[in-house]
Amino acid sequence: MSGIIDVVSAVLILSGAIFILISSIGLIKMPDIYMRMSATTKATTLGVGSILLGTALYFEEVGIITRAIIIIIFLFLTAPIGAHLIGRAAYFDGIPLWDKSIINELEGSFNPIEHVLYSEKFGSDEKVTLPREQTENNSD
Amino acid sequence: MSFVEIAIFISLPIITVSMLIMVYRVAVGPSLEDRVVALDLIATTVIGFIAVYAIISNSTTILDVGIIIAMLAFLGTTAFAYYLERRSKS
Repeated sequence: MSGIIDVVSAVLILSGAIFILISSIGLIKMPDIYMRMSATTKATTLGVGSILLGTALYFEEVGIITRAIIIIIFLFLTAPIGAHLIGRAAYFDGIPLWDKSIINELEGSFNPIEHVLYSEKFGSDEKVTLPREQTENNSD
Repeated sequence: MSFVEIAIFISLPIITVSMLIMVYRVAVGPSLEDRVVALDLIATTVIGFIAVYAIISNSTTILDVGIIIAMLAFLGTTAFAYYLERRSKS
């Protein structure tokens, strides 16, 4: 029985390391910061999660399994939040998209002068000339 | 050698090489956001390294370091994102 658990945890650790290597290759080869984040966040979370699961299976103690599950849940909760925050900051900072990107959903709905993100596109004149006090109150 | 030891001796160099590749992105990265993404990735990879190292050294308490590093990485990413958004506003 312990032989089967050994094999399973070895396979989990190896696959996790390979996922981490894939994500680092994606970090180098992708042309754009947004694609880089989409390549790295998911693959690294999966890789580290499987490595921790293999460690928990190898030790077979309650304390180790609890710690591994806590780290896995924390990573799965915080990795998308961090990626979303950095992507939002990069878009607002004016990092350009890849020139072969097809769709830009936020195009036209973010005002780069006042730094306000509208829920609709402000094409008409009345939405561009919002009163300054109102936008400043909203942003803070 | 058991299967787990063979897997460790293969996976530790793989993790180290991928961390070196991430350090290359930190050094080269064209914008500050690229560097923040790469640093967050390095901190996440260090957790996996610690989990593998816990098997080698046969010490179970080292996984607490992983919890602390996960929390610190998320805190640093949030602070950097807040700072970058504020910097672009002014």
